[in-house]
Amino acid sequence: MLFSENFRVALRALRANKMRSMLTILGIVIGVATVVSLLAIGEGATADITSQIQSGGSNLLVVSPGKQQKGARFTGQSHQLSYLYYVDYQMLERGLTGNISAVVPIYQSSYTVKFGDDSFNAATVGVLEDYQDVRSFEIAEGRFITDGDNDSQALVAVLGKTVAEELFGVLSPLGKTLSINGVKFQVVGVLEAKGASFGSPDDSILIPLETGYNKLFGETAIFNGKKVVNNIFVSVETTETMDTVSAQIEFMIRRSHSLEPSDELDFYVQSQSDTLETLNSVTQTLTIFLGAIAGISLLVGGIGIMNIMLVSVTERTKEIGLRKAVGATKNQILTQFLIETVTLSLLGGVLGILLGVLMAAVFTVTGLITSVITADSVLMAFSFALMIGIFFGIYPAFRAAELHPMEALRYE
Amino acid sequence: MIQMEELTKIYQMGDNEVRALNGASFTIEKGEIVAIMGPSGSGKSTVMSIIGCLDVPSGGRYMLAGMAVENMDDSQLAEIRGRKIGFVFQQFNLLARTSALENVMLPLTYAGISGRERQARALKALERVGLSDRTHHAPNELSGGQQQRVAIARAIVNEPAILLADEPTGALDSRTGVEIMDLFQSLHRENGQTVIVVTHDSYVARHTDRIIKLSDGMVVSDEPNPDPIRAGAPRPAEKL
Ligand SMILES: Nc1ncnc2c1ncn2[C@@H]1O[C@H](COP(=O)(O)OP(=O)(O)O)[C@@H](O)[C@H]1O
Ligand SMILES: [Mg+2]
Repeated sequence: MLFSENFRVALRALRANKMRSMLTILGIVIGVATVVSLLAIGEGATADITSQIQSGGSNLLVVSPGKQQKGARFTGQSHQLSYLYYVDYQMLERGLTGNISAVVPIYQSSYTVKFGDDSFNAATVGVLEDYQDVRSFEIAEGRFITDGDNDSQALVAVLGKTVAEELFGVLSPLGKTLSINGVKFQVVGVLEAKGASFGSPDDSILIPLETGYNKLFGETAIFNGKKVVNNIFVSVETTETMDTVSAQIEFMIRRSHSLEPSDELDFYVQSQSDTLETLNSVTQTLTIFLGAIAGISLLVGGIGIMNIMLVSVTERTKEIGLRKAVGATKNQILTQFLIETVTLSLLGGVLGILLGVLMAAVFTVTGLITSVITADSVLMAFSFALMIGIFFGIYPAFRAAELHPMEALRYE
Repeated sequence: MIQMEELTKIYQMGDNEVRALNGASFTIEKGEIVAIMGPSGSGKSTVMSIIGCLDVPSGGRYMLAGMAVENMDDSQLAEIRGRKIGFVFQQFNLLARTSALENVMLPLTYAGISGRERQARALKALERVGLSDRTHHAPNELSGGQQQRVAIARAIVNEPAILLADEPTGALDSRTGVEIMDLFQSLHRENGQTVIVVTHDSYVARHTDRIIKLSDGMVVSDEPNPDPIRAGAPRPAEKL
């Protein structure tokens, strides 16, 4: 008996009980839809974060104080009493070789920002002119901080998009004066939004670094009589020299911090590819976790199918007896019921994939989460449904095949 | 063709043993048309299921065309059921929501016969039982007599050597029942098939050449019927 015939017989049997068939595959439909949409969301999130990080400059090295902590790099938690200093920056600026396009230190701290009656806390970041290129920031309005602002310690500020909207709404903030921790700054520019990614400037206010040291940060930015920086960004022109530049940075700061060769580093250098790797491993873990949950719902769906198939075998005992009476072998009966279960679960799989794609599309269209459907995830969901069908179909099919022909025919 | 020696069949019902067959012996030659009679519970269906390889005896010997059935495995038994034996049941046992044609094609499907030939042979079998105009009707669109004809078409489609009918007229009115018996007679006459019909209606039984009577799982009489009722003859008034 050919597969196509078995398939037709299966479809007829399933059509005979349309409502029951639909309810039976519901578990699989939901399971598969969850797998597909969760994987799509995971994939989308990864792609999102990746592109955002890359848009932050792919040839960027970031020097941070403290010990590098695997898997927890964005907590900003650095080793106590390890600092990076402005003099470290100056040394790198002078000493680094190998197609360096910019070296930029930043110092940032959170302050109360006021405009009119509105006030809230925002990260205020002291930067240099080159910071714009290093982080690939786009200007929405006005201009960025310039070297001139730094030299003259000008009281000017560039706002992140969210800050601008919070404080000024639809009005243009250009030329307006706001106060940061009581110090008055004039707004000279607004940055384009970068989205909710690591290091996004949307919630920050940028000011000239020198202005910050002299008029805003005060004693908190001084340690051991030296100006402290939070990070030093080193932008390299070609990716090939990244490793040697990174080694130079380690060597130079190690010396400037007077560390012995046996001492551990009290700072670390990170490239974008490191960051990506960590993030990918995090999202991968998440994807696997979500996938496991979806897998459990598939399993439950499979058990539901098995249950109904067992009922169906009992109900159709007489039919099975008849089929045996006209020459069906055990194997033929086994195949028939197995194909019926597989048809059910594949039907659930296909509907689930459609539903999952739909759900993913809804997420994307409503702007909730970007989701990306991959052929892999569809294939995986489909083969999972197939496997469920075979696995949970074997037992009912075996029961059907093992029925005694005469007893089956006598069954009422 | 069919040799039964001291056949026993014991069903275990909890602690009780039911002796459905208790040492039944008979031989049926190729091309015979035979009726098996007996009161309800005398073991008629049991005997038929053993002849038809739907069941195996608990004791005794059953030789089918010289082969010992008890030594066969499932696929061999299935092949015999599919190719050598055609079964007709009291309750027709047609597949619901399935056209007459597809019902008749079922044994050919399991016998691995290709789609086109299957259809041609099924149509021929339906024509043989006079249902050429009902091929696409589902069982619930057919009368009882028509359904039994479809079942007979299904039984003969593989051109089996043996036709087994367990109370084929039991669910039909007497006139339709006689028509069915006429059909068996002509199949027997034209194709030389061995036909065994179980019935408790002696008028039905008298359409055959030989009548075997069972009681309590034993053969109590086995006699030829020298003057079988021929097809189309009116049923005697006292039997109505
Ligand atoms: N599967 C079974 N389990 C137990 N007893 C059975 C079974 N099949 C038949 N019997 C018993 O065997 C006896 C003969 O049954 P059967 O061959 O169907 O008789 P008939 O067809 O002559 O009415 C009956 O007493 C019946 O109850
Ligand atoms: Mg009976």
